Amino acid sequence: MGATPQMNGEVAISAEHLVRRFGNFTAVNDVSFRVQKGEIFGFLGPNGSGKTTVIKMLTGLLPLSGGRAYVEGLDVRTDSEAVRERIGYMSQNFSLYYDLTVTENLQFYGRIYSLEPARLKRRIDEIVQLNGLEPYLNRLAAQLSGGWKQRLALGCAMLHEPKLLFLDEPTAGIDPVARRQLWDLLFELSGHGITFFVTTHYMDEAERCSHVAYIYYGKLIADGTPNSLRELPDVQPPGTQRVEITTPEVTRALRFARHLPGIRSATIFGQSIHALIEDRFNLDDLREQLLKNGIAVTEIRPLAPSLEDVFVELTYKHQAMLEAARA
Amino acid sequence: MRNFFRGFGAIFYKEVLHVRRDPATLFFSLVIPLLQMVVLGFGIDTNIRQINTVVYNADDRRESRELLDRLKNSDTFHIVRYVQNDGDLNDAIIAGKARVGIKIPVDYSDHLLHNMSAQVLVLIDGSDSSVAGQAINVTTAIGLDESLRRVLQDRASFAVDMRPKLLFNPDSRSPNFFLPGLTAILLLNVTTFLTAFSIVREKERGTLEQLFVTPVRPMGLLFGKLLPYLVIGFSELTLILTFMRFVFQVPIHGNVLVLAFLSLPYLFVSLSIGILVSSKANSQSEAIQLAFLTFLPSIFFSGYIFPRETMPLIFYVISYFIPASYYINITRGIILRGAGLSHLWLDGLALYAMGSVLLLIAARRFQNKVIMA
Repeated sequence: MGATPQMNGEVAISAEHLVRRFGNFTAVNDVSFRVQKGEIFGFLGPNGSGKTTVIKMLTGLLPLSGGRAYVEGLDVRTDSEAVRERIGYMSQNFSLYYDLTVTENLQFYGRIYSLEPARLKRRIDEIVQLNGLEPYLNRLAAQLSGGWKQRLALGCAMLHEPKLLFLDEPTAGIDPVARRQLWDLLFELSGHGITFFVTTHYMDEAERCSHVAYIYYGKLIADGTPNSLRELPDVQPPGTQRVEITTPEVTRALRFARHLPGIRSATIFGQSIHALIEDRFNLDDLREQLLKNGIAVTEIRPLAPSLEDVFVELTYKHQAMLEAARA
Repeated sequence: MRNFFRGFGAIFYKEVLHVRRDPATLFFSLVIPLLQMVVLGFGIDTNIRQINTVVYNADDRRESRELLDRLKNSDTFHIVRYVQNDGDLNDAIIAGKARVGIKIPVDYSDHLLHNMSAQVLVLIDGSDSSVAGQAINVTTAIGLDESLRRVLQDRASFAVDMRPKLLFNPDSRSPNFFLPGLTAILLLNVTTFLTAFSIVREKERGTLEQLFVTPVRPMGLLFGKLLPYLVIGFSELTLILTFMRFVFQVPIHGNVLVLAFLSLPYLFVSLSIGILVSSKANSQSEAIQLAFLTFLPSIFFSGYIFPRETMPLIFYVISYFIPASYYINITRGIILRGAGLSHLWLDGLALYAMGSVLLLIAARRFQNKVIMA
């Protein structure tokens, strides 16, 4: 398992020291990563951190200010047309023609990719089947709900049977059921050897990816499988463990816990607190300390770090590094 | 070469679907120009007639009444009021009730009878220069005529006899003058808006970006978008000409096919302007403002309303860079003067040159700005 850049195998995307500047602003700063064929690559980061910019560079929409990028073995700077033949792209706002019907949208994108009529017909049948679009074929795209729009957009993006699909926030603003169904579909397609490059805000979606990377204001600060990231020394320093403290008084508990020596960090998660504590700090001691201060404790148990924990820790670390560099 | 225009067919067909799906837009883009024609064709008369006039006739004898009758019969003046003192005469003009005030002094008839020079005061509101000019011309002409008649007494013939003859528009009908020019403005209007909108709409929707991730080539996209609107532009031209001929009774003296041939480059000019507008505008409202900015020079400096020759030099020079200047000369030439290619080839050449250059610039900007936006 694992998809570290050192791993051999077929590479779908290879980004080497990507740089993109807009005037004085560096939106993407020396970003490198590799995506293996058949992976679901989750690309995460806060808004405005450069996710969409990276996608636009890889799909040939934006020229590179520096670095190199290879998609399906082709240099995006010199072979952009060949790259476009091989990839599918679904943008954040499901780029459909609202005044055309579902069928007309599919036919249009098929013709754009110059599919000959027989193949176009076969592909439309397949896509309609796969996405369950039959009942809506003659409906205008404008009249579809968010989930169906997204399925149609995905269908349009994969008519020409691309081996690599870029999905920019495919699940933003659609209902949870549609979100789940989309992911089921992605897994199914991934099983057929299609590679996905997916950006998302949802941590649960990130957990489902076979490979994730986290970009923070232009800098890539994490890259690996979800499990390999959890084991990073920055996330789980030697001699510490992560615990979940369940308590009815989370805010008071948090205020108190943050001042205890031996607790490295603490954050609220719903009705509980996730804390990184030093090993010398016994769980029973912790419970006793809390009780002594009048804080009821339901449960304290060890916890594997979530991807959100991972990104939070790595972001802190990165910020500390930036401040140190500035000082 | 085929590859250079890749995606053309798909885009063209899709644009046709858009137009068919939205008949309202098509209807309005074809019918609103016709409404504009009705307003300008029936509503505006550049011939100045029946100017509101106030009269203070202090003399009020036969000679003075004859003079007033002559003024009335000229069709230029319409006497709305008679007043009895100078103050009322002035006030009527200041209040805007009349544009012209005529005062015949108390000794008018006496002076004439004694073969002395009789003076008539004509006050003219100069705030509208064309009305004022007409009032001056007609009153002086009548004064001169009246004097000559008195000098020549027994109607001997004039020494010099000017015989003006109006060619091409003998009745000085306003629609004949306005509508051929209006054709240029309306075509520009419709095609620029439609092209700009069709591209800006895709920008807003994000579908344009999507297209650039497909193997469609910029030229395929550009021409796929242009051609449907070129067809609409030609339909519009046919509609306007039909209306002009049969509703407004403007005779078409020249060859309609020559007009069509010379309209082609003009339509390409308008479509290219539409693309240029869309490469700058990011929303439909921005597109409207920008498009209007391009219409204004075409309306004012093309000779559509004001003759180009009387403009200050700088604007006259500018008018040479405005495609509508050439096209208006072509429409008026063919429709009113029966001109042919041998008369208009230079204007046609200018339009073909402008059309090619604009299309090239538009294509380049389209590639650089719209794609990389």
